[in-house]
Amino acid sequence: MTTFMDVAHKVHDGERLDAADALVLLRHPNIAAVGQLADEMRARLHPHGEVTYIVDRNINYTNVCVTLCKFCAFYRRPGDPEGYDHPLETILEKIRETKALGGTQILLQGGHHPDYDIERYEALFRGIKTGEPIHIHGLSPSEVLHCAKVSKLPLDDVLARMAAAGLDSIPGGGGEILVDRVRKIISPLKTKSDEWLGVMGAAHRQGLRTTATMMFGHVETLEERVEHMSRVRDLQDETAGFTAYIAWTFQAPHTQMADVPMVGGYDYLRTAAVSRLFIDNIENFQASFVTQGLDLGAVGLTYGMNDLGSVMIEENVVSAANCECLVEISEMEKHITAAGFTPRRRNMFYDRVDDRGQIVERHHDPAWAAANPAGDVRPSAMAEQLAALG
Amino acid sequence: MTLSSSAAPHTLTQLAPELIPLRDKVLAGERLTLDDGRLMFATKDMNGLAALANHVREERHGSRTTFTFNRHLNYTNKCLYRCMFCAFRRDGTEPDTVVMDEAFVRHKLLTEFTDEMTEVHVVGGINPDLPFEYYTGLLRTIRDTRPHLHIKGFTMIELNHMAEIAEQPVEWVVEQLKDAGLASCPGGGAEVLSPRVHRKLYNGKLPPHEWIATTKVVHRAGLKTNATMLFGHIETTDERLEHMDTIRKVQDETGGFMQFIPLVFHPENTPLERLGKTTGLDALRTIAVSRLMLDNVPYIKAYWVMLGLKIAQVAQWYGADDIDGTVVEEHITHDAGATTPQGMTTAQMAGLIREAGRDPVLRDTLYERLQPIAD
Repeated sequence: MTTFMDVAHKVHDGERLDAADALVLLRHPNIAAVGQLADEMRARLHPHGEVTYIVDRNINYTNVCVTLCKFCAFYRRPGDPEGYDHPLETILEKIRETKALGGTQILLQGGHHPDYDIERYEALFRGIKTGEPIHIHGLSPSEVLHCAKVSKLPLDDVLARMAAAGLDSIPGGGGEILVDRVRKIISPLKTKSDEWLGVMGAAHRQGLRTTATMMFGHVETLEERVEHMSRVRDLQDETAGFTAYIAWTFQAPHTQMADVPMVGGYDYLRTAAVSRLFIDNIENFQASFVTQGLDLGAVGLTYGMNDLGSVMIEENVVSAANCECLVEISEMEKHITAAGFTPRRRNMFYDRVDDRGQIVERHHDPAWAAANPAGDVRPSAMAEQLAALG
Repeated sequence: MTLSSSAAPHTLTQLAPELIPLRDKVLAGERLTLDDGRLMFATKDMNGLAALANHVREERHGSRTTFTFNRHLNYTNKCLYRCMFCAFRRDGTEPDTVVMDEAFVRHKLLTEFTDEMTEVHVVGGINPDLPFEYYTGLLRTIRDTRPHLHIKGFTMIELNHMAEIAEQPVEWVVEQLKDAGLASCPGGGAEVLSPRVHRKLYNGKLPPHEWIATTKVVHRAGLKTNATMLFGHIETTDERLEHMDTIRKVQDETGGFMQFIPLVFHPENTPLERLGKTTGLDALRTIAVSRLMLDNVPYIKAYWVMLGLKIAQVAQWYGADDIDGTVVEEHITHDAGATTPQGMTTAQMAGLIREAGRDPVLRDTLYERLQPIAD
């Protein structure tokens, strides 16, 4: 039987943890002890004592969706009078507001709208890049696959055309739990595990960075949490394309799963810390203040997390499930400071930026540079800023 | 018992260097100094601080976390004082001014309290309209209507006010109240026991030295009390530590405190709204420091109404061994913007504790009856 001490020694020695180790930690009652281990690992990877956050805006271009996930309070079926599909001008206006607030990117996500084929997405991305250029952190594996299906095109072609039209990186939404038993229960019509990982792998191989998420605290077992982490770690070994990992808890109110008891702060911290410890090949771990609140989210910074996510100029998907957590930048920085860290603003690549969103310090990711044929390159607008830095 | 550091739990061997001398003192059972306290407020090693506080907490209370089946009764919100941190008080002219008369209290007790509840928590504003007989009457009404309830009532502020209107010493007041059914006193009204903070935020209300003197009278009369500290406004770290030290000294003398309760200041709807609320990390740190500094106070409470449920859960690994009670109807913190529920059921309380990896134990006010709640 593996004990907590066995795992602790492995962590001290920098050894990779296996599934049994992770389960020992996920069952260990003393969360602060697990946090201490995760913090040790965080300090090894980020010894500078900085905690980052990003100023960006969620733009949900449409809420029309045919996927009907039970945990989602955001979607409307096609034909529903509450359905919307933002015209380009609405999106450009939101980007202008974002830039005025020093935002560095938009998080552009939407439902699986039956009319969104590749031409529609190309027009959207090009429209943004010509109308109001900004980093587009957009879609999710299931949206990409939905587009491939609607357009009757191979995945690689769709990704290549999206990237050419202006998609800069892909968020890790829809990761949920990468175990098909779980996915069949909570989102039977959405991507299966292999599909989700397939899109991320294909994106990485085309030079697109992405993040990875885990939504836990619903029907999954602890073993399935570990399997999820394991699958993400395996892909990262291969591609090094994930910039960050974000674990968050299922938010029950207003969904079809409102009767599922919600995970509290205790299990959140422990699971987040174990993610950091188990997934030893992703650099950045975000604390989810959107689901946990700033008070507990910031406690996550002492449990191995090194980023507090986005100040979220707008957020629809989670807030429809009754979560109002938009925060002032000063509040964000206050909480980071209280955790004992220096707050720094970043972009998607963890370059440090100033309050206008201009890069002031380049972040190097040697694993990605080694794995990606093109090296650690940036989209053109950022490349100019980096060149100016020297 | 003295433990060598090699025999200490793993978490205690992984501390930041500045915490090592503190650990050794804690393991040797030595009292921590104000300088030690300053170090604990300054260290960046939150997990190490948690490990130290948790060590003491588990030595004393094992893995249990207690709670009570109680209900609050705020008999009036009309108040003479204008404390800067208060959103509960009313002048008396507002339509939502409350003064509960005997019939109202009796009705409330009959309809809103149950036989299973063990405690009623009675506090109110300093209402100049009420004669001394109101308070003894209130206690008798409660005792007659629900004789099994433990009446935990009246802060030191209220007791002093009663002494003034009765033109009698506090000793006399306490005897009268005891006679009418008072069984213990809550810890509210201590705020921050600092003359500077008193002058700036709650001038007019009972000053720190009189809060202390009144507490000693109550303890000498054989009643247990709690002690609170309202933190996260204008007070300095040193003022927090001096507050803890004051409580510790009183406790050395009287042994009358049961719980120490660090309370997070809620600024909404108060004149101090611009200050904002302090962080969850500050709350956890303050709880941990309280556990370590107050070596002679048996219990440290994480009051969920003010901390929020998530931090109250986590706090059980940062030194807290109690999360208060079901409360049911809370006005003082909710008037100041708290978003926690108004009340919790005992099943919810037990679940909250169990989910945090602790063993829920239902207690009565004086910890005389302890009932583990099975899964």
